[in-house]
Amino acid sequence: MVADGNTPAPPERLWRNPEPKRNYDVVIVGAGGHGLATAYYLARNHGLTDIAVVERGWLAGGNMARNTTIIRSNYLLDASAALYDHALRLWEELHEELDYEFHFSQRGVLNLAHTEQEVRDARRRAFANELNGVDAEWLTPDEISEVCPILNTSNLRYPVLGATYQRRAGIAKHDLVAWGLARKCDEMGVDFIQNREVTGFVTDGDRVTGVRTDSGDIGAGRVGLAAAGRTTLLTDTLGVRLPLQSHPLQAMATEILEPVHPCVVMSNHVHVYTSQAHKGELVLGAGVDTHNGYAQRGSVHVIENQLAAAVELFPVFARAHLLRTWAGTVDVTPDASPIIGPTPYENLFVNCGWGTGGFKATPGAGWVFAHTIATGEPHPLNEPYGMERFTSGALIDEHGAAAVAH
Amino acid sequence: MLLVRCPWCGDRDEAEFRYGGQADVDYPADPHQLDDAAWGEYLFVRANPAGSFDERWVHTAGCRRWFSLVRDTATNEMRPDIPRRREGR
Repeated sequence: MVADGNTPAPPERLWRNPEPKRNYDVVIVGAGGHGLATAYYLARNHGLTDIAVVERGWLAGGNMARNTTIIRSNYLLDASAALYDHALRLWEELHEELDYEFHFSQRGVLNLAHTEQEVRDARRRAFANELNGVDAEWLTPDEISEVCPILNTSNLRYPVLGATYQRRAGIAKHDLVAWGLARKCDEMGVDFIQNREVTGFVTDGDRVTGVRTDSGDIGAGRVGLAAAGRTTLLTDTLGVRLPLQSHPLQAMATEILEPVHPCVVMSNHVHVYTSQAHKGELVLGAGVDTHNGYAQRGSVHVIENQLAAAVELFPVFARAHLLRTWAGTVDVTPDASPIIGPTPYENLFVNCGWGTGGFKATPGAGWVFAHTIATGEPHPLNEPYGMERFTSGALIDEHGAAAVAH
Repeated sequence: MLLVRCPWCGDRDEAEFRYGGQADVDYPADPHQLDDAAWGEYLFVRANPAGSFDERWVHTAGCRRWFSLVRDTATNEMRPDIPRRREGR
């Protein structure tokens, strides 16, 4: 169930590298997971194929290349559970649909509870999940040991008192997800314009008519931003102020080891999350560096803290060698939920604010963002996620309500 | 790890500090005059530049005092001058 090692041989070419046309029906800014999924569902669900996805670096080279690949939907609030479980159901069928194996492995996630309050909160979340049709179980420490024998539940400063268990959760190979989406989009006529940075917009009144790039303008009937940590750099040029703060988010991987870790384990209290990649690296992550930053690097004490937590939870990790650490730039909202919806510019739409949890939502975000761009109106699943909630006060306060590390 | 210059204690490791976000975000002089949009903006919206940023830090593991410094968020380069103490406000 853990390391099958059967990654496909590198293909010759999965997408063209065209020169951009002068105009497109839709321009998506950012060829990360969300931008790719948005283009895919615009073509698949809405019949729009005159699409350019414009990317400042290379395809899926930003946060899509830097995340810890955890996929789950065990969120407390109705709006969150609906959005993320929709994404999880799409994950379950996506590889067949793309005819591209990306090793979505539903090995389950344990969210550990280390205090009595966490036990109450976690059980409440599991009950809420059941009511929302999201699979959830509450496991005792003995049951946890059956699922994940290497986890130390009792001999630690904050003993593991229990855990929620979502069996449908898991991991996937992030690069293969991006390549599968890109290949399918390319087949349907979507142009990927790499190494072309969007720097602003061409506007006409309250409409955008194109994007400005570092080598010329590209006309657009509609524009969708899927630019993650760099979103406000674009919206600021229009005077659209979004409640986003960009932070470094670090992750790390060890050397390749024998299969030892059978599932995903997340602990908010000692704050680390871990899984073992298909190839065999232990992959670890935790929270953002607290300061704002675009440098794609973070501070070593953040790594030290999560490694200390990981070694306490998994004594067997103590002698694993850490090989790589890295960071992405994530855009965090005040309620730690994304912003997906229209803007004051009638044909400009934003998908941003996914903070530390965007990968798991990739197909779901693409689905609802494509709907929003194609129809001009939010899909029912992203209706609560508009930027107007920061005026109305109808926040989706998953962060505070469930204290779930995203 | 960042090396942060506390105006009272000098250069110390980032781990001794907590971050306070954008500097000079004053409480509205007359909150009752604000409409929902302006209040939401005050509560939730902060500058997020990739470049020079005036920001607050507090030396939690040292003198426990707040100060402001200027850091480039794209490079982490900080101004070498003594950070602002913001006293008497």
